[in-house]
Amino acid sequence: MPKKPLLEFTDRGIFCSKGNFYIDPWKPVDDAVITHAQSDHAYWGHKRYLAHHLSKQVLLYRLGEINLQTVEYGEKVIKNGVEISLYPAGHVIGSAQIRVESEGEVWVVSGDYKVEDDGVSTPFEPVKCHHFISECTFGMPVYQWKPQAQVFDDINAWWRSNLVNGVATVLVGYSLGKAQRIIQNLDLSIGKIYTHGVIENTTQALRNNGVLLNPTERITPETPREEIKKGIVLAPPSSVGTSWMRKFGPYSFGYCSGWMAIRGAKRRRAAERGFVLSDHADWNGLVSAIDATGCEKVYLTHGYTASFTRYLNEIGFDAHEVHTLYGNEEEEQTEGQKIDEILPTERAGGSQ
Amino acid sequence: MKAFAQLFLSLDETNKTNEKVKVLKDYFNTVPDWDKMHTLALFTGRKPKRQINSTLVRNWAIEASNIPVWLFEESYQVVGDLAETMSLLMPQNSTGSDKTLTEWIAEINELGNKTEEERKLWLMESWAMLNTQERFVFNKILTGGFRVGVSQNLVIKALSEVSGLDAPTITHRIMGNWTPETYHYSQLVQDQAPADNISRPYPFFLAYPLQETSDKQRSVEEVQDTLGDATLWQAEWKWEGIRAQLIKREGKMFIWSRGEDLATDKFPELHPFLNALPDGTVLDGEILSFRDGLPLPFNVLQTRIGRKNLSKKILEESPVALIAYDCLEYQGEDIRDKTQSERRAVLEQLQTGTSFPEIFRLSALVEFDSWDELAKKREQSRAMVAEGVMLKRKNATYQVGRRRGDWWKWKIDPLSVDAVMVYAQKGHGRRADLYTDYTFAVWDGDKLVPFAKAYSGLTDAEINKVDYFVKRNTLEKFGPVRTVNPELVFEIGFEGINRSNRHKSGVALRFPRILRWRHDKPKEEADTIETLKALLGE
Repeated sequence: MPKKPLLEFTDRGIFCSKGNFYIDPWKPVDDAVITHAQSDHAYWGHKRYLAHHLSKQVLLYRLGEINLQTVEYGEKVIKNGVEISLYPAGHVIGSAQIRVESEGEVWVVSGDYKVEDDGVSTPFEPVKCHHFISECTFGMPVYQWKPQAQVFDDINAWWRSNLVNGVATVLVGYSLGKAQRIIQNLDLSIGKIYTHGVIENTTQALRNNGVLLNPTERITPETPREEIKKGIVLAPPSSVGTSWMRKFGPYSFGYCSGWMAIRGAKRRRAAERGFVLSDHADWNGLVSAIDATGCEKVYLTHGYTASFTRYLNEIGFDAHEVHTLYGNEEEEQTEGQKIDEILPTERAGGSQ
Repeated sequence: MKAFAQLFLSLDETNKTNEKVKVLKDYFNTVPDWDKMHTLALFTGRKPKRQINSTLVRNWAIEASNIPVWLFEESYQVVGDLAETMSLLMPQNSTGSDKTLTEWIAEINELGNKTEEERKLWLMESWAMLNTQERFVFNKILTGGFRVGVSQNLVIKALSEVSGLDAPTITHRIMGNWTPETYHYSQLVQDQAPADNISRPYPFFLAYPLQETSDKQRSVEEVQDTLGDATLWQAEWKWEGIRAQLIKREGKMFIWSRGEDLATDKFPELHPFLNALPDGTVLDGEILSFRDGLPLPFNVLQTRIGRKNLSKKILEESPVALIAYDCLEYQGEDIRDKTQSERRAVLEQLQTGTSFPEIFRLSALVEFDSWDELAKKREQSRAMVAEGVMLKRKNATYQVGRRRGDWWKWKIDPLSVDAVMVYAQKGHGRRADLYTDYTFAVWDGDKLVPFAKAYSGLTDAEINKVDYFVKRNTLEKFGPVRTVNPELVFEIGFEGINRSNRHKSGVALRFPRILRWRHDKPKEEADTIETLKALLGE
């Protein structure tokens, strides 16, 4: 009988039967190793959690009182003889690749990652392995990022021109990851950063975790509108089109996301300014990261899995497409989660 | 090209009309005059002749991108725009080119004299020279697919503010045949009308819909509220043909279609009557196929529109005539400022004098004393081979473009059936990378027969839900098309239905679109092919 693989793809998540733990499971399990605290990777309801210690406060803020063990990058944890260690994924603060080793066989689960150093998260580190489980959110060659310094030059210039034109500046990005990257890279000589409550809470959780971040001010009903107009408002995608956002009007509305690379996607989100800034690796980043692992097999979990798998096979990798629930990235694509409204529930079952 | 690429980007970066006009004004105020005219030509659909066929452009782009063909094709599906796909896939260059728009277009036009090898070399070098944004607009110009997120009205508004000339005058001066190589900006904006091109048509006056396509029916009371006293209006049938302007000046004839194409040669049947009209006459009307004094369905006319050569057979099968409804110029004088009734009198007088009454027809007035009465007559539209009725205020002048107020179209309610979605394909433009183009089927016994494709009618939120469904309910993939679990039911509306041998279902629909999502209906309750065929009215 062939040996059971060290990691398997199950309907609960990525499973290590030998160590009896899951990585980023989406259904309740006893032991969950969490790559990072975004909601499509860190679900509620597991008995025990293991994550990087910079994820601690955000996980507690988002999931409430959970049984959480945290570790440093490179620190080893042994579960039933299987060695688990975390390596920087460069995706958001505290994000990790999970390295799993048993009897000389090494698997690495990337979670989400990017290869560019964003100046906030611990930079991505390639980890040698036999089996690499990778995301490929932007696994199409049309996605090629510019260096972030250029993007922030554009953002700062836009902010300045809004001041000249007398309109407020509203910039949208995910509350965990994008928001902190923006906070650390804006030119604060222009003005102050005002935050939506969700972003402020997440940012504060990171500060409580000992992360040093530039000052921000939570927007309350008492915050003077004139002051806000001189600064920049950071808002999560879920606030787009709400009355909360409208009250800053007249404003110019910018959106930070890798999806902004495509004109159609930008127009669909009705963003006036689309800034191509992503916490995921672009096409070249994905290919180089996978190559750097020296892996024998690579598994693609979410994104343009079919096309990217085919391409990797053509250039000589042994690549496989697998199905997971990752990639319904928090806050943005919530529309999709309302599948129950599409079909009566009995017909929706088992459609994955 | 830098300025033009930046213009394109800046227009994309705002949704506000005033901002767009400002951006255009800033652009017109800074670029050379020849660039102004080239921009105007591009923004009004006058693209340069295609000098390299799109297959070659695509193949060379694949070579420059250094990726497999299939990956290029899939990238195109993600982006939904060929010019943009090509610009994104090539190696990045951040410097860009200092050549002006006019210089680039001149280079493109010179390609006509070059060999394929020379064209390829030129294209590869050009791509390497341009940055991503420049490359995008360059590809747009090169491949002729130029559409921009700004209406002609806004461009004209900006030009009007820059030049001090009023917008209707500019609109008129950019009608008809001109090229940006020979029509100079100073000619466009001079005080006195330029020694006029005798072929130049007037801008069309377009009616506003009284009832949006997917809207609910307007009640007689609502019509009364919008239009007021019925006696102030004249009504005609809304003909389903090609809107056209026919010009007779200085012994020459010109026939323009609404798309501003010169189509004189396409309608030889109209030449004898037009030629017999006095010089200095311009008519507005609808060209339709006619047989035995009755209009034929639009699809009969459609079969001859695309043809390069009009064979004897086509002329016999689909002979055309004009239904005239307005006169814009009479005895060499622009009479657009006269009232509808006055212009009608001129038109009737011209028509009375024609020796070709079967070809030069008058759009008959529909008599009515009340909106109630007109609403009842509107019900007969399909029997009249009309799309509904047109309402024109009797004292209205002939205006420029689509305006609310004096001309209204009141279309008949669409026909409709409930159908099951069976295939889905990704859309283009702002619907790129989303499944937005669907094929629908009705039951034929226990089988589903596809009968129509529809793209429009759903809200963005609904599209997101259907996209989510498609991605999780795919049965098979054929290139860009996915077959999906036949589960979702939609009400499909259409303007007309005809028998067709080219379609498996045996019918072809005119202007199919989604009226609403029938969440309440299981697929079993969708309509049948018999229901659909009963609508053929045979």
